[in-house]
Parts: sequence; C-alpha cells; structure tokens
Amino acid sequence: MSTTDDELIDALRAGDERAFVDLVDRYSPAMLSVARTHVANREVAEDVVQDTWLALLKGIDGFEGRASLRTWLFRVLVNIAKTRGVREKRSTPVDLAATDGHPAVSANRFQSAGDRWPGHWVRFPERWTESPERSLLSVEALDLVRRELARLPEQQGLVVSMRDVEGYDSVEVCALLQLSAANQRVLLHRGRTRIREALAGYFEAVS
Amino acid sequence: MSRWDGVDFGGIDCREFAELVTDYLEDRLDGLTRACFEQHLRACPGCDTYLDQIRESRRVLGRVVLDTISADARGQLLAAFRTWRSGRSGGSGSG
Repeated sequence: MSTTDDELIDALRAGDERAFVDLVDRYSPAMLSVARTHVANREVAEDVVQDTWLALLKGIDGFEGRASLRTWLFRVLVNIAKTRGVREKRSTPVDLAATDGHPAVSANRFQSAGDRWPGHWVRFPERWTESPERSLLSVEALDLVRRELARLPEQQGLVVSMRDVEGYDSVEVCALLQLSAANQRVLLHRGRTRIREALAGYFEAVS
Repeated sequence: MSRWDGVDFGGIDCREFAELVTDYLEDRLDGLTRACFEQHLRACPGCDTYLDQIRESRRVLGRVVLDTISADARGQLLAAFRTWRSGRSGGSGSG
C-alpha cells in the first residue's frame, strides 16, 4: 500500500501487471462511487470505470505527472460518464437546498426557550460503553455504518465516502467533486452526524 | 440543575457546539470561535461525549470497504492490459 502512484505509473509503463492491478484495486471503489452519481445505474458506472482504466493505458506515455494520477483519473472518469448520457436527476442542488439553514442535529435534542438551559442538551449523549454485545469493532457496527452510509443523500454519502472511508483530504475532494469548500463541509457534517446517530441507536438499544 | 450555575460554557450552547464540530475538526474555526468551542468542550461533559463519538464514527467509517467493480470487470481489465502490453513490446521500438 505504501507504493506511491508515481512508482506505480513508472512500473505500469514498463509493463508491470502487478502495478496495474494495484492501481485498479486502489482507485476503482472511489471511481465507482463517483461514476454512480453521474449515470443511470451500476452497470453503466462500472463500464465508465473500465473505460477510464483503458484510457489510462492508452494515454500512459503522454501522462507526464503534471496532474496527480488521481486528478487525472477522476477528470477522465467524469468526462467519460458525461458521454454515457447524463442522468435525469442530479441531486447536488437538492441535497444542499433541502438542508440549507437547518441544523444537522435534531432540534428536539436540545432544551427550548422556556427551559432552564435553552440550547443545551435535554439529555447528554450517552457514552458508548463497549460490552460483549456492543462494540465499535464489531461486524454489526461496521455493517450498520455501511448501511447508513448507503442511505445518506447521494452527495453526503459521496463526500463521507471520499473523506472518511477513502481518506482523501478536503482540497482534493472539493476538486474531484467540483464542490466549494463550504458545501463540502456542510455535506460532510450532515453525513457524519447521521452516521453518529446510527451508532448511538445501536449502543442505546442495549442499555 | 444548579450545578451548572456560573459554569463558563464559552458563550455557546450545545446546539451551536454540535453544528461547529465539523468546522472544528477541519480546522476551519477562526481563533475566537475556536477558543469558545474549546471552553465549551472543557465545561460540558455532554459535548465532550458528542465530539468523541463523531471521532469514533470516523474510525468505524475508516474500516468500511466500499463496493468496487465486479470480478468480471476486473478480469476484463486484466485481459485488456495483457493485450496492451503485448502491443507495446511488439510495436514501438522505444524499449
């Protein structure tokens, strides 16, 4: 995993099959997630990812590393996706508009104006106590988070996937997904808030 | 509730704290807001728990494996790679 993209590109030029497999395995999950938001279904998205890799092979000699490999891959991916027919419903503006100005954490978690401490927790969030039945390291917790991630509004899910699952930094995610820094943070915030709530439900179910 | 009388919550309430969490973790708060946030964090056990849980949530997310292309698609790519490679070694003399 520590092999850099530059090293893999050099190896790929030299015809190293392992390097190609490493690159495909490293980037295809994020590429598929991005492609899914552009085209009608998973099958087409998979075609788009494949075509992007073929484009890399074709263009490898002209690839001078001026752009990072990731940047190049995602730019080509989006261009190819657009030639495959733009999906009818784009969710970007909807995601943001629907949430504009509304807090990510439900208002009923907090005391209201007439209460003793307006704006403070009605009840403190319960600590997540690890037990034989409930653990952050469990398969159940992982499955729960994976399911909640899949249920997030599309752009939220995509940003959380790129940032917290794949580990890309904010500057890169903004560039790859063509989001403003502020919008990226809003999407990340709302997505993470929901993932926390899902885990909270899991821990509270036992107590 | 009197145990909270006179406690310095940094001038923000828990609702505001919860909405600032991501900006805090992204290091996007200005100095003053950051100081308020951190004062609130020291004073409020509920928000301390909340911030911890956001961090824990990220750790679980870090263990998620995203869906990727099918084994078929991967196999087709590998076949295409081999064709591409044999085309290169045969064709151009760029060695």
